[in-house]
Amino acid sequence: MVTLKINEHEIKVAEGTTVLEAAKKLSINIPTLCNHQDLCVAGNCRVCVVEQKGARTLIAACAMPVSQGMEIQTNSLKVRNARKHIVELLLSEHRADCTKCYKNQKCELQTLANEYSFGEHIFLDLVEGHAYTIDRSSPAFLKDDSKCIRCQRCVRTCAQLQHVSAIAVANKGSHMKISSFHDRPMSHVVCTNCGQCVNRCPTGALTEKTYIDQVWDAIYDTDKHVVVQTAPAVRVALGEDLGYDPGERVTGKLVTALRQLGFDSVLDTDFTADLTIIEEGTELLTRLKKVLVEGDKTLALPMFTSCSPGWIKFIEHKYPQMLPNLSTCKSPQQMFGALAKTFYAQKRGIDPSKIVSVSIMPCTAKKYEADRPEMRSSGYKDIDYVLTTRELAVMIKQAGIDFRALEESHYDSFMGSSTGAGVIFGATGGVMEAALRTAYEIVTGRSVPFKNLNILPVRGMEGVKEATIKIEGTVEEWRFLEGAELKVAIAHGLVNANKIAKAVSTGKASYHFIEIMACPGGCLGGGGQPIPTNAEIRQKRMEAIYSEDMHMDIRKSHENPEIIAIYEEFLEKPNGHKSHELLHTHYTKRESY
Amino acid sequence: MYHIGNMVKELAEKYGRKRESLMPILQDIVKKYNYLTDDAMVAVATELDISAAEVYGTASFYTFLDTEERGKNIIRVCKTITCSMKGKNDIISTLEDILKIKVGETTPDKMFTLLETNCIGWCHKAPAILINDMPYTDLTPETVIDVVKGYMR
Repeated sequence: MVTLKINEHEIKVAEGTTVLEAAKKLSINIPTLCNHQDLCVAGNCRVCVVEQKGARTLIAACAMPVSQGMEIQTNSLKVRNARKHIVELLLSEHRADCTKCYKNQKCELQTLANEYSFGEHIFLDLVEGHAYTIDRSSPAFLKDDSKCIRCQRCVRTCAQLQHVSAIAVANKGSHMKISSFHDRPMSHVVCTNCGQCVNRCPTGALTEKTYIDQVWDAIYDTDKHVVVQTAPAVRVALGEDLGYDPGERVTGKLVTALRQLGFDSVLDTDFTADLTIIEEGTELLTRLKKVLVEGDKTLALPMFTSCSPGWIKFIEHKYPQMLPNLSTCKSPQQMFGALAKTFYAQKRGIDPSKIVSVSIMPCTAKKYEADRPEMRSSGYKDIDYVLTTRELAVMIKQAGIDFRALEESHYDSFMGSSTGAGVIFGATGGVMEAALRTAYEIVTGRSVPFKNLNILPVRGMEGVKEATIKIEGTVEEWRFLEGAELKVAIAHGLVNANKIAKAVSTGKASYHFIEIMACPGGCLGGGGQPIPTNAEIRQKRMEAIYSEDMHMDIRKSHENPEIIAIYEEFLEKPNGHKSHELLHTHYTKRESY
Repeated sequence: MYHIGNMVKELAEKYGRKRESLMPILQDIVKKYNYLTDDAMVAVATELDISAAEVYGTASFYTFLDTEERGKNIIRVCKTITCSMKGKNDIISTLEDILKIKVGETTPDKMFTLLETNCIGWCHKAPAILINDMPYTDLTPETVIDVVKGYMR
């Protein structure tokens, strides 16, 4: 233990603690900008400078480890003056058109400017006359270099959390910028559109591409029937942008709010999550049978899940040789989209050309996914607009809705009924657990052998999880699986996905089924979720997801009455002709940069 | 480009595939081809299992690791104060005249690229230029023509 003094308060902390962390323990706030809990120390913005007694210069609190007898002042005149200069230097290279900025009042630099830099600025404005790039090429996000302060949170996110490094620091001095490979448009590089960088950018340099106005236009257009679906992870995070603590479930209020916004039908992505389980579970069992029993060489094992569009783009760029290992199932969002303009339109007697299909997602990559050219199986663009959890919060505020005062209500039907299995799609391990709950029952006729259906080995925040399920007491059709051990693995965050993908591609792993989610924690930690998102908040959202599951009457996808009905009325059978037409897809090899 | 892939493989064998192998590999490619093509950078990224954006980021930091097309001979005219005061502008207009290109451009026959550079440490013999690795100093518009003509053969 090390003893030090911060602003005359003595504190004992473990060796290796930073001055910033020690100050936090004393509830002393030191401002930061480049620092982020999920990322390594960078120490480049200098906003966190403090004065150390006896030191020649000010030190960066985020990077400086404590030492015995250290005496720190966080609020001396020297510190205040330095911080003011640092903030103003950052502002001198930042296009501060705050009232027009998407991040207005949500910008960390603006908050600091509010504290440290009012009145006349000391330094020249260097923004005017400088040619900046605004990259609008991705359907998911914008990259506006004129607002970038080069803190490199995005660069560290892309490298450390995602192992993608679609962006890196390029050039030097006043020309230094955050660049893709040779300044290519973001839509033409290895970027997965996961939006983890967007979630961490302290300014308006990286923001989701917003479709709020288009959605309002559709709502006000009386000629249009606007359906909305909400992803599982939205209900456990939306509250954070509306004044709730992390981890509060707001499902019922979310549904009421959407109705009040004017959507014609409020439906649930959880329904197609359940549908995904039936399709993907059947696909897995069929692959196992064909590969292991019939020796079919055209099908590949292990099978990877395909719900996460960030993961799909990652594997398309980095491991194109393993595309046959992906499940051909579309994600729940896209299954929903394909059904909304076919089955739903028929059932409700609505002309599909008049349907506008909107989805609320914890994700920015979903915007990209909806734009993929193959996602038009209904004959129309299956999903018209994707909004993030954050954008929905903005709409609720724009509409003047007092969210806290809302009554709770239920999703509409048809395509609004779901199960606990659909809900847990929002957490890492959730798709695996939902799939096992159903697949085990198909094969054995019994529930999975875990207390309360809670398959604990596949849950939690460990980067890579593995589990083995022994299959016993099989029914006649699946007798070949008797005594078999089903080996599964789960990874979240592309840095972990990469570990598994590498192991599989080099033949060092012997799994049958692998769940991958591009974002840390799964969808609950998605790039479209409220800011900030960090380990502590992800944990709380995860607890909320599993609590939502426990509160559902039905917790197995195959018992969802609407799922049973849709196969009877429309799809006929899992992996059948209609399913393949509407619910399954294919993938594309992409460049390595 | 097939040959670039092979060259990168050979360089990776020689220097290793660690992060610190990146610089010598890039330097050797530039030594041979004068600049780094996109294909070369992608090949290096693949070989070292790092991202192409990182390779570009490193290359773009260093003035002498060009990522834009360069001619066989790269003329860099010192633009810093002493050379400026001693007539660097005349040197540049002379070079632009005889090469028929502007600063930053490459001749159509890919023989010359004309660039400016920060101080190259020859202030006491200003104005100075570098052609490839060779400094030429105490230049006048007349002498710089002779120097460049030496490279035209």
